[in-house]
Amino acid sequence: MKNEKNGEEIKGKLIAVEGLDGSGKSTQIHLLYKWLFGNGYKVFFTEWNSSDLVKESTKKAKKRQLLTPTTFSLIHATDFTDRYERQILPMLKAGYIVLCDRYIFTSYARDQVRGCDPDWLRNIYQYVILPDIVFYFQLPLEVSLSRILDGRPALKYFEAGMDMNLSPDPYMSFRLFQGRVKEQYELMVEEFHFTVIQAELLILQQQEKMKEIVKSKINLSLYKKGVM
Amino acid sequence: MSQKLFFVAPPPKVDPARLFGKLIVIEGLDSSGRTTQVSLLSDWLEQQGFAVIQTGLKRSELVSESLEQAKKGNVLSPRTISLFYATDFYDQLENRIIPSLKAGFVVIADRYIYTLMARDILRGADKEWLKILYSRAIIPDAVFFLNVDCNALLDRTLQSRGRLDYWESGMDIGCAREWYDSFMIYQQNMRMEFRKLHKEYHFNVINGNRTQKTINTELKKKVEQLLEK
Repeated sequence: MKNEKNGEEIKGKLIAVEGLDGSGKSTQIHLLYKWLFGNGYKVFFTEWNSSDLVKESTKKAKKRQLLTPTTFSLIHATDFTDRYERQILPMLKAGYIVLCDRYIFTSYARDQVRGCDPDWLRNIYQYVILPDIVFYFQLPLEVSLSRILDGRPALKYFEAGMDMNLSPDPYMSFRLFQGRVKEQYELMVEEFHFTVIQAELLILQQQEKMKEIVKSKINLSLYKKGVM
Repeated sequence: MSQKLFFVAPPPKVDPARLFGKLIVIEGLDSSGRTTQVSLLSDWLEQQGFAVIQTGLKRSELVSESLEQAKKGNVLSPRTISLFYATDFYDQLENRIIPSLKAGFVVIADRYIYTLMARDILRGADKEWLKILYSRAIIPDAVFFLNVDCNALLDRTLQSRGRLDYWESGMDIGCAREWYDSFMIYQQNMRMEFRKLHKEYHFNVINGNRTQKTINTELKKKVEQLLEK
């Protein structure tokens, strides 16, 4: 992988999972991590929206429901950039396999649905290295909705897309919002060469498939602990 | 003439046709006398019967607190700080400036995207990246740049605070080991960046080396013309 900005060779590999809430992507990336770690590979895992420094602001902002599409996007970009420069990029340069639960495509999908301009969004993340593999967990909208909604959870304001005034009912709003986010993901499959995983398959089958793809695209022997 | 222009386009959900007020920006380096002029101008406008609201950098409800903390620890990368400031800027633009303009206020901004851009460029940010980042901002009705030479800035800083500030001296960039040298180099570089921005955005340059009163008189005259339009 090359960092195209300065032509520098990057030893590490970057794998991201993307998909709707309820698509099972977090489960799968967790299992992949366990497998790589357990087999003695240098691997690092990181989640969207988890930088310590920015977390406080993000939490406060969401609670106060004062975010606009623009500030929603920027506050997540700030959080991501902190993590990217502090963890993801150094890990990649140090030759780790970095696993990301959601990457910039989450912002592209959600923020575009909220009305942000696609070119403006792509500019923000222009400095970012694209993953070697993006697993996209694809499944019918109804299935992912029922996985989330069947338990009648308390939906958070922004998670349900309530800021978009799609419906006064959080559950209906969530359905409509997720439907639009899914459309955006589907549009990106080709543009960013997503590897599509059928998320209706058994968990075990999905995991086998992912391992196969990882093995075919990455020479894992280079990433054994102790190998420089 | 109430239609406001945006550098490229308004942020999502903002209707540019309903912004009736005026946006006046006062720009200038640290200790160039901006804040004094902003407050003199506000008082005077209010006496004339205009409703005035002031804004500035790092004042958003959303992130100003976290941003302040983060700067104290000096632990954020330049790009993270850039985006943090951009968040702060757009929060104020959308939750303070735009609603005020809708209500017909005169908004006086103590610095605007130009300071943010100049600072970030000195810290290695790509200018095109910044221009697109701030492309959803309103083009102000006027930008007054208070032009003060660096020796005067140094004098004013030392007189008012008795010491130099870490960020205002550009110590995070490592221009020089000595604070004094670093301050002079950093402020010179900021001036140069502003000069480049001036070529592009055509500021109304005000000679800031004169007395507060003289500067204020000139500003008032210019603002008066603007409001008559």
